[in-house]
Amino acid sequence: MAVATATPRGIRRRLVGPGLRRLWSPVAETQGLARVMFVTGATITLFFLVLAFFARWIAPYGFTQYQAHGHRFAQLAHPSAHHLMGTTVESDDVLSRVVWGAQTELKVVFLALVLSLLAGVPLGLVSGYFSGWLDRILVLVMDALFAFPPLLLAIVIAFLLGSTVSSGVVTAAIAITATYVPQYFRVVRNHVISVREETYVEAARALGARPFTIISRYVFFNVVQNVPVIATLNAADAILTLAGLGFLGYGVQPTQAAEWGYDVQRALSDATNGIWWTGLFPGLAIVLLVAGLTLLGEGLNETLNPVLRRRRFGRIDFGPIAPGEEERT
Amino acid sequence: MSGSSTSLKTYALTRLALVVPMVLILLTLVFLLMRVAPGNPIAAALGGHVAPSVIKQITHQLGYDKPLYVQYGNYLWGILHGNLGKTITDRRPVSSIIVENGGATLELTVAAGLVAIVVGVVVGLLAGRFRDSWIDVGGRLFGIVAYAMPVFFLGFLGQLLFGVWLGWLPTSGQASPITQAFLPIHTHILIIDAIWAHNWGALWDVIKHLILPATTLGIVIGGVFIRLVRVNVIRSLKDDYVEAARARGIGERSVVYRHAFRNALVPVVTIVGLQMALLLGGAILTEETFNWPGIGSTLVTYLENRDYAGVQGIVVVFALAVVVASLVIDFVNAFVDPRIRY
Repeated sequence: MAVATATPRGIRRRLVGPGLRRLWSPVAETQGLARVMFVTGATITLFFLVLAFFARWIAPYGFTQYQAHGHRFAQLAHPSAHHLMGTTVESDDVLSRVVWGAQTELKVVFLALVLSLLAGVPLGLVSGYFSGWLDRILVLVMDALFAFPPLLLAIVIAFLLGSTVSSGVVTAAIAITATYVPQYFRVVRNHVISVREETYVEAARALGARPFTIISRYVFFNVVQNVPVIATLNAADAILTLAGLGFLGYGVQPTQAAEWGYDVQRALSDATNGIWWTGLFPGLAIVLLVAGLTLLGEGLNETLNPVLRRRRFGRIDFGPIAPGEEERT
Repeated sequence: MSGSSTSLKTYALTRLALVVPMVLILLTLVFLLMRVAPGNPIAAALGGHVAPSVIKQITHQLGYDKPLYVQYGNYLWGILHGNLGKTITDRRPVSSIIVENGGATLELTVAAGLVAIVVGVVVGLLAGRFRDSWIDVGGRLFGIVAYAMPVFFLGFLGQLLFGVWLGWLPTSGQASPITQAFLPIHTHILIIDAIWAHNWGALWDVIKHLILPATTLGIVIGGVFIRLVRVNVIRSLKDDYVEAARARGIGERSVVYRHAFRNALVPVVTIVGLQMALLLGGAILTEETFNWPGIGSTLVTYLENRDYAGVQGIVVVFALAVVVASLVIDFVNAFVDPRIRY
């Protein structure tokens, strides 16, 4: 009576598949919601990546362009065939600002992620591996940084940098970096501490490998696995921080690039007059991109994290047990 | 770890002792951040409006010309005595900012926190209980959208819908001018002041002003709660004691509601505590969106005026608030959960 309707092909494929296929297989094996989340998130993220890369060709106008063919655009014009998302009080085309904004957000977030990985991961590796007084001091400082409201920290840093260096993409990225370094530091350090006691690390140490070799060859690759998930989720968070900075007038200056948070801030005064299009579209862009990255990150998490993962093995249906059948097995 | 030998009292004392280096490092970080930037802060705040000689005089008055370590010492000494300094631009003591604007921020954050807990716990419990059903999908989607929603954008939508199109709620300020003019102020928390004065008209006015900002901030923070509560429920539904309860033949309803949910909600205290920083950060944006006269919007004003002393004072206040909140949360946790001991 007992019938297994599917063979666990997933396992075999995962063991056999080399290189890329092996990387992809956990994704292919997920099912249901995790898969939907992953695919939706990846699609949305890809959409914004395309907008960002090809902004020059996709956006109908420049982000501070208020006229074309010799005549000025109407102010606060309703969305129409000429301006699909309407125009702002400065006669800027809202659609163009939204498209160019994608480029700004992704530039800043990419730079911020790279910077915080470059700072946080090595610090965490060294601090966790050597765990002496340096570790204690770093943990205290990072914990203190962690206690700050992230947005507040970013604001203060953007404020300080803004008064000395000119504000732009790099300033915004540095301000955001400061809020994420403690997080990477913490995750990597705690992981290193558990990995450090593993047999293979001990073996390497027994063979006389220098600390640098051990960290870079044995510890690093075992610790770095958590990073993609955190990085994706942080990218989502970083967009929100950047938008918050822009909303308060820090970070990217409006003349240098289009920034969605800044645009929503400008739109607040329009809202009291019932004008919705100047704020709605940049705001929706933020929500969509952040949600996309979050879905991608959570999908990745459910795929890569063995605690949450549920593989597609197919249903194994043993059928009803006939009376007296228990003994025979 | 060694449960029997250490008591709640030792835990509390150790935890309290650990706060000291934490606060010291926080204060040092703030000081370094604010002073590392080159240039004279007085000139930055007043430059262009005041003659250089006056700037020099004020710099001397405020002690900004002393060596850095003396300034650092004075700064710590001042904070130890509850003196957070004065702002440069309007010579306002930071302590009076806490008293006058802190009430508004407290009113907003407490109300928003309540909204967040209700939204987060209800949606999170349901989503976790009915995992993979449409409730779960809906709840998670709501959670993701709420998380992805910048506070100020939700505020913009709320102002548009409830303020402008429906005309139900005011979109700006903590109370209408007439209330502010006639309500005697005791605590600067206008809800309490209105109740104090038995002025029910003013109370309704204050509540009407509070609804939109508090709901906006609460929903966004609640979005984070949903995910955490949901994961907790799923984890506790898989736990051994739930299995054991089922094995004893207790009804599924009772297993879920009395055993699993209760245990899933214990860590929510910690979660709420961890979100304090998020709540305060969100409060800055919310206050700015709704012209709420709290510490956050005051901070933004001082940022715009390049008032280093004002910014520094408020940042210290925020940092201390987070430290105190996490301390309180840890105490509550230790009180509730006997496993938490040093």
